Amino acid sequence: MGPLKLLKSSFKNIFRNRMRSLLTSLGIIIGVGSVIVMVAIGDGSRIQIESQIASMGTNLITVMPRRGAGMANRLSKADSEKLRDEASYIMAVSGIRQRNFNIIGGDGNWSALVMGVEPDYLIIRNWNMLEGDFFEEEHLAARSKVAVLGATVASQLFGERDPIGYSVRIGTHHFRVIGVLERKGVGAMGNDQDDVVMVPLDTALTRLSQTRILNSIALSVIREDLMSQAQREVEIILRESHNIGPTTTPSFDIMNMADIIATAAKTSRMLTNLLAAIAGVSLMVGGIGIMNIMLVSVTERTREIGIRMAVGARRKDILFQFLLESIILSLIGGIIGILFAILVCNFLTTFMATPTHINPLVIIISALFAAVVGIFFGYYPARKAAGLYPIDALRYE
Amino acid sequence: MSMIELVGIKRLYQLEGITVKAIQGLDLSINEGEFIAVMGPSGSGKSTLMNILGCLDKPTEGLYFLDGINTSHANSDKFALIRNEKIGFVFQGFNLLARTTAVENVELPLFYSRKDHKINIKEKAISVLKEVGLGGRLYHMPSQLSGGQQQRVAIARAMVNNPAFILADEPTGNLDTEMSLEIMTLFQNLNNNGKTIIMVTHEPELAAYTRRIITMRDGKLVSDIPVTDRRNAANDLKKWKKENTILQKS
Repeated sequence: MGPLKLLKSSFKNIFRNRMRSLLTSLGIIIGVGSVIVMVAIGDGSRIQIESQIASMGTNLITVMPRRGAGMANRLSKADSEKLRDEASYIMAVSGIRQRNFNIIGGDGNWSALVMGVEPDYLIIRNWNMLEGDFFEEEHLAARSKVAVLGATVASQLFGERDPIGYSVRIGTHHFRVIGVLERKGVGAMGNDQDDVVMVPLDTALTRLSQTRILNSIALSVIREDLMSQAQREVEIILRESHNIGPTTTPSFDIMNMADIIATAAKTSRMLTNLLAAIAGVSLMVGGIGIMNIMLVSVTERTREIGIRMAVGARRKDILFQFLLESIILSLIGGIIGILFAILVCNFLTTFMATPTHINPLVIIISALFAAVVGIFFGYYPARKAAGLYPIDALRYE
Repeated sequence: MSMIELVGIKRLYQLEGITVKAIQGLDLSINEGEFIAVMGPSGSGKSTLMNILGCLDKPTEGLYFLDGINTSHANSDKFALIRNEKIGFVFQGFNLLARTTAVENVELPLFYSRKDHKINIKEKAISVLKEVGLGGRLYHMPSQLSGGQQQRVAIARAMVNNPAFILADEPTGNLDTEMSLEIMTLFQNLNNNGKTIIMVTHEPELAAYTRRIITMRDGKLVSDIPVTDRRNAANDLKKWKKENTILQKS
């Protein structure tokens, strides 16, 4: 019997029992479908997290004081200037002083994060202007009351109008709007990165906060692969300026965006694997379902097996026939499962705003896995069928 | 050598420690073109003999030569090949594949044939179905056919591979008189064209259509006699139909 004829006859048998075949495949459909959907959701969220973190600037290093650190360990503008002068791996440095303020201007008022930063901050965050200009060193030196609005703030206060040249009140001071930032979107922590107003650092320190203490210092490394060297260098410089010995625990933390990305990606990959493993269990259960039905089918078709043997089918012909049928059943289930998963993913992305990403490799692997399930769980019933004695099978009622 | 040679055949079963002697020493030779009825009461060993002749079972002792082949050392694959090429089975219960058309049922032996077929399997199946008078029922399922028609599909299936002999096990056991006579007519026609037929039956009326009757009892051959006044099934069928139509009219 040629392989083509065998295939044709298997398909005939499957389509002869459409309903039972569909029910048999259902386990595989759900199994394969859920594996793909779970992995797609996991991958989708990982890619989203990675791109959000990347939008903060991949070469970013952040220095923050430790909680409860004493006066001596506070970061000041002197630290950021020293880093700018001495650190060789650092491309750009900006001290940050930030606080939430109620901002009044244009159509009303709006509460937003006001960040005092230095001109380099745009480079560090890989951020561009939508309109107007960012402030310069002169604005810092003069402690000018100029502001650059984030896209959310601009639209909340001014709607469709161009806010440049208008005045906004932050606290008790009036600031002139000189520019609007390009929209950046949702940040890694789920925050709106555009709900921000940027003012010159010195203006924020003296006029808004009356302090010299920075919340943090953001730095940009010249190349991504120099991240760890840069981090070490920053630590040495800061230990020196804060008189912290090499063995003492420093009073500040140096965080590196690449590490944060790696940690976030690792967490989400673990989550993806966990979800895939759970879905894999349902694929396994689907396989057992196939075995179950195939065993019933062997019993039900005992007489058919007897007839086939009587007219000349060898044991291996019967074995292949049943094996092929279970493989086809699970492959059909796999294919329907894949289509089903693509539909579900499209639905999730379109209507539930859940990011999904279907990796073609996952599709290939789950289709192969479905076939393997078919072979594995189809073998035992097939062998049982092939092991029947023709006389007994023919007599079977 | 005859087409079938059974020499010293014994078949013993072990059933819960008790040895059942289904066949205890049997010699038989059958020539090409014979039409044989195997008779005997239940438990006489005739089913076991059929299984052995059909290469569905192996004798415990003895030799079985089929068409010159010694089947004693054949494995299950070889047995399958012999069944496929040498033997056409016709069963009491028809044993057609359900939900499968007449043509597909008849194709089945060709499907498992290991010969390289130059012929078109489907055309061959259709031509054999036409021979048994089912040209108009090619794509009917067994459930859409009468018992006689189903048995004719089974006979077509038995003939399609041009086997050495047809082995029929109570072929009319599930059929009424008219259908039985139709089947016997078909068998006689086939036999007249040279086909060897071995038929198990316990109806003496049916055995009268064959050429030779062997009778078994307690696992032994007790008689082997040629049929002297052989009946003609076609004539009997005509007669029966005539009587029956008269009965219906009156």
